[in-house]
Amino acid sequence: MQKFIARRMVVTVFTILLVSLIVFVMVRVSGDPRTLLLDDYASIEDYDELTANLGLDKPLFTQYAIFLRHALVLDFGDSVVDEQPVTATILQRLPATLQLGLAAFIFSLVIGIPLGILSSVKRDSVWDHVGKVVALLGQSLPPFWLGIMLMFFFAVTLDWVPPSGRFEWNSFILPAITLGWFTTAANMRLVRSSMLTALDSEYIKLARAKGVSESVIVWKHALKNAIIPPLTFMGVTLGTLVTGSIVAEAVFAWPGIGLLAFDALRQSDYAMLQGIIIFFTLMYVGTSLAVDILYAYLDPRIRFA
Amino acid sequence: MNQPLLSVEDLHVRFRTPLGDVHAIRGISFSIERGQIMGLVGETGCGKSMTGRSILRLVPQPGEITRGRILFEGRDLMPLSEDEMHKIRGERIAMIYQDPAAALNPVFSIGQQIFMVMEQHQANSDVDTRQRVIQLLEDVGLPEPMTLYNAYPHELSGGMQQRAMIAMALSSDPSLLIADEPTTALDVTIQAQILDLLITLQRSRGISILLITHNLGIVAETCQRVVVLYAGRIAEQGDVGDIFHRPHHPYTKGLLAALPNPGSRGNALNVIPGRVPSGLDLPPGCTFAPRCEYVMDHCSQHQPGLFTVSPSHEAACFLHEEVGGKKP
Repeated sequence: MQKFIARRMVVTVFTILLVSLIVFVMVRVSGDPRTLLLDDYASIEDYDELTANLGLDKPLFTQYAIFLRHALVLDFGDSVVDEQPVTATILQRLPATLQLGLAAFIFSLVIGIPLGILSSVKRDSVWDHVGKVVALLGQSLPPFWLGIMLMFFFAVTLDWVPPSGRFEWNSFILPAITLGWFTTAANMRLVRSSMLTALDSEYIKLARAKGVSESVIVWKHALKNAIIPPLTFMGVTLGTLVTGSIVAEAVFAWPGIGLLAFDALRQSDYAMLQGIIIFFTLMYVGTSLAVDILYAYLDPRIRFA
Repeated sequence: MNQPLLSVEDLHVRFRTPLGDVHAIRGISFSIERGQIMGLVGETGCGKSMTGRSILRLVPQPGEITRGRILFEGRDLMPLSEDEMHKIRGERIAMIYQDPAAALNPVFSIGQQIFMVMEQHQANSDVDTRQRVIQLLEDVGLPEPMTLYNAYPHELSGGMQQRAMIAMALSSDPSLLIADEPTTALDVTIQAQILDLLITLQRSRGISILLITHNLGIVAETCQRVVVLYAGRIAEQGDVGDIFHRPHHPYTKGLLAALPNPGSRGNALNVIPGRVPSGLDLPPGCTFAPRCEYVMDHCSQHQPGLFTVSPSHEAACFLHEEVGGKKP
């Protein structure tokens, strides 16, 4: 188990390094930052001074080393737009995004898993059909459209919840559904198919022949096996729910990192974008690592591999 | 005389499929005495596994038992509720399956799995139960039962997995063990060990075993009684000596003739021509008639019942209708 975790950690570090390299290169090829930072009346001296300040006169490798050294202490420089430190702004916006991502994640689990189990156990029943509709809609409705429609019906027409912004608990509902529905549908379908496989297995036949009651068969014998494949997916989605919040945050004016990224993109604030990408990477890779460890805990075949 | 431990009377199982009804089992009756090992033999699809499952009333959807009685320890299991059946399954009647690698739950350790069965059927303290699990693992000949308690199924060899499954089956002291092809997935030397184990357990614990197999060699070595199934009906049943030395049904004769024989090396194996009829489209008379070398005119119109050959021996063939068991 320790060996497995150690191995996974090493891989994680390399992943982060690789992403940092890609981000570094992408920023270098996406254009000259000096033309953005300087106004039209800047002199050659201003230009050279900025070049020295930014370290752009040093060799690329040295530049990368400097970038890494700063990144190590989460220093991504100042925003091009408001000249505040990028990290401080991201950290300030982080809680809103984490809360929304978590709310969407919980929504996708609370709806997706039970519905998946129900549709597999009561195959071809009303539940199964409800599940199919949820899955179809969830995987085919574009989130921006879904968000606007939800806002139109529940906030504008019915006036049950606030249309946008981050206030009371009820302001979470619509953005969380918008962000989480795709994942809910995917969770539901994965749990369903995985449960159907498990319920059809020999060990379930044996459990029945041992006189195990149907509820114990479903919740203990089958689910513990069936949950393993969807779990990987859920872990990955936890990452995407946090990092993929750009659309939901933009539609609902949710003051998180997604909206920050959206604004940074419009204002060509690539210092900010660079910081956000690295942050998103850290979160994504971090959750993947956590899931793999949990996975190993659940499946003894991996634990001892 | 004592009543048999189990008697199955006129069992019918039907599957409703989009193509039509499949009559998987059509009127099977047999009984198992206490402490007896009975072989249930036949080709793939003849209904032998389904018979085993029917005894526990675990016929998978869309199948159902349409007729028949299953008398176990003097009680008919058919009218029992699901709750009452939970107390029979695994407690009075245990079952082991063909592929232990698939039948053991991969996410629970061997000890946990047996523990869970015992916990369900008996109210003992955890320490006692654990102690009994370890004892059981030892009884089925597993080395280092303490270590194996925490081992997961994938860490064991096929033979050890099968022993673990047998230990699980024995955990609540059942009086009947249904072994569905218990050695098919194992290699030959391990097969012999598992069969020895079953015989030992039958002698030491006095349990009855219904051994479902397609392997006549296994039947000859282990069973006292044999039921030969063909297309959902009993072709012939009798003591092991009756079946192997005085087979009366042409199908049984064909099966025995098809066994490889060291004396006839180099010659082609005997085969029974034709194939088993589909359960969807059974011929009206004797289902074996199209493949039978002794077929008579009325075989294709009428279904033969079981004719008594000797007190312990019955065959479902019109050849034995008139002779009444006097002539082979």
